[in-house]
Amino acid sequence: MSVAAFISIAILTLAGALAAACLRKLIHAALCLVVAFLGLATFYFFLGAEFVGLVQVFVYVGAVAVLIVFTILLTRREDEDAAGFNWGGVIVAVAVFAGLAWTIMKTPSLSVVAPVIEPLTVKRIGEVLMTNYVWPLQCVGLLLTAALIGALVLVMEEKR
Amino acid sequence: MTGERVDQIFVVAKHWLLSFLNGAPEWLQPIVSSLINISAVLGVFMALFALISVLERKILGRIQNRYGPNRVGPFGLFQPIADGIKLLIKEDIVPARADKVVHFLAPIMMAVPAILALGVIPYGRNMTAFSIDGGILFFFAVGSATELAVFMAGWGSNNKFSMLGAMRAIAQMVSYELPLIITVLPVVMIVGSLSADAIVQAQAGYSHGFAPRWFVFTPWGAAAFLLFFVSGLVESNRTPFDVPEGESEIVAGHMTEYSGFKYAIFFLAEYFGMFAVSGLAVTLFLGGWHAPLPVLEIIPSYVWFFAKLATLLFVFIWIRGTLPRMRVDHVMNFAWKFMMPMAFTCILAAAVWHYQAHGLGGWLWSLGILLVVYLALSRFLRADKNLSARTYRFAE
Repeated sequence: MSVAAFISIAILTLAGALAAACLRKLIHAALCLVVAFLGLATFYFFLGAEFVGLVQVFVYVGAVAVLIVFTILLTRREDEDAAGFNWGGVIVAVAVFAGLAWTIMKTPSLSVVAPVIEPLTVKRIGEVLMTNYVWPLQCVGLLLTAALIGALVLVMEEKR
Repeated sequence: MTGERVDQIFVVAKHWLLSFLNGAPEWLQPIVSSLINISAVLGVFMALFALISVLERKILGRIQNRYGPNRVGPFGLFQPIADGIKLLIKEDIVPARADKVVHFLAPIMMAVPAILALGVIPYGRNMTAFSIDGGILFFFAVGSATELAVFMAGWGSNNKFSMLGAMRAIAQMVSYELPLIITVLPVVMIVGSLSADAIVQAQAGYSHGFAPRWFVFTPWGAAAFLLFFVSGLVESNRTPFDVPEGESEIVAGHMTEYSGFKYAIFFLAEYFGMFAVSGLAVTLFLGGWHAPLPVLEIIPSYVWFFAKLATLLFVFIWIRGTLPRMRVDHVMNFAWKFMMPMAFTCILAAAVWHYQAHGLGGWLWSLGILLVVYLALSRFLRADKNLSARTYRFAE
């Protein structure tokens, strides 16, 4: 059953990603990207990484997708002016994909049998973040706070 | 014990239904089990939706000195059925220049997160439809998809009022999502878990034998509850924060171009969102399904949950009947300048309360911190307002 679910979700995710790359209207492409994001989140759930899956939905669907959609809305006037097929883009994309696939195939991790791990609970993640990874966490917090304040400063300057 | 049996009647009923599957293959069991949960949640909340939609009009009528619906059935109780039939047989109008697919998908995208969010709330002892470790995170993760649905409705309609309404709705939802989530953090911190069941469990028992240990009875909990409730009002686009659909300015916001059953689904999504936010408020701050006094524990747990939920829903309706709509810029200023600092202060107050061993000292300290920040904020925010006595000029 899980194999069937895996294949159907994989098809849905890939279709979403492909549509996001091919559709003419940018808003449609952005909305199809959301389907791909959701498919990825489902894969995290399948792998038992519940927290990562939820954060994927939270951050990518809730924030990044809205950001993309608004960026398109506020910057572009004409959607249909893209002329012809972008062959350069296709070549770069295929090259990147081939490179990644080749690297993945060469890694020894494919032949290693994964050890049985206990299910990852949110509590465990919290404990590790607060002990072993407390400094990286603080650095990320500092970076994000700086970004937030920077955004506010950029917006507020218009008033003066 | 009969009390216990009445309390667990729905759980027992579910197990009885599942027992029919004993000969069936193994993989069927979880599927049927979740299907039962889903239909229970959907059925209960559809019924509640019908009931609340007529009660809301009744209560609003009472507030405004009129009768409210009283023609269909006894006391107008069959009004939702009449409304449903009316909306079903109405013509479904799609604007000629609308983006058909996006226009069609928007109401569905709107209703799905609201229904999903209802799944993680514990409705009674052993009665959580979808019990996962990160339940609270799940609630907010699916809730954040609503913004995209509002955008789809606004953009897909190809109407400037729709787009303006969607912009307003997204701006205020993004802004108030932060205080909504930050006010949940103190509870998560104190309990040490993101699971809704664990949060309800942590509020069990009574101190001194009678006072319930609900988080709303601590200073930080009370403040966080109020902030959470106000943010919840905004997230479900209810008065006084219903600027996205301000009918005197932008027709009906992102719902302008929707008619018939699609409009009904928006309506349903709004109410389900309201139920979900109220349900989470009950879970987080009002002790979930726990009874307020030890003697009252003979009353089943789900009765307590729905009594608390009904109280919160009544307050939602009461506010709608009482307060006028806020101005758009005031709504946004309120979020960033008042709600956010207060929400962060709740975290601090909760930490102080926790490290004073949950005693009277911690209680007073956290109250003090909250009061100081509240007074400082109200002073500081008034400073640049230039408030002076108004002068009125009348025609002679």
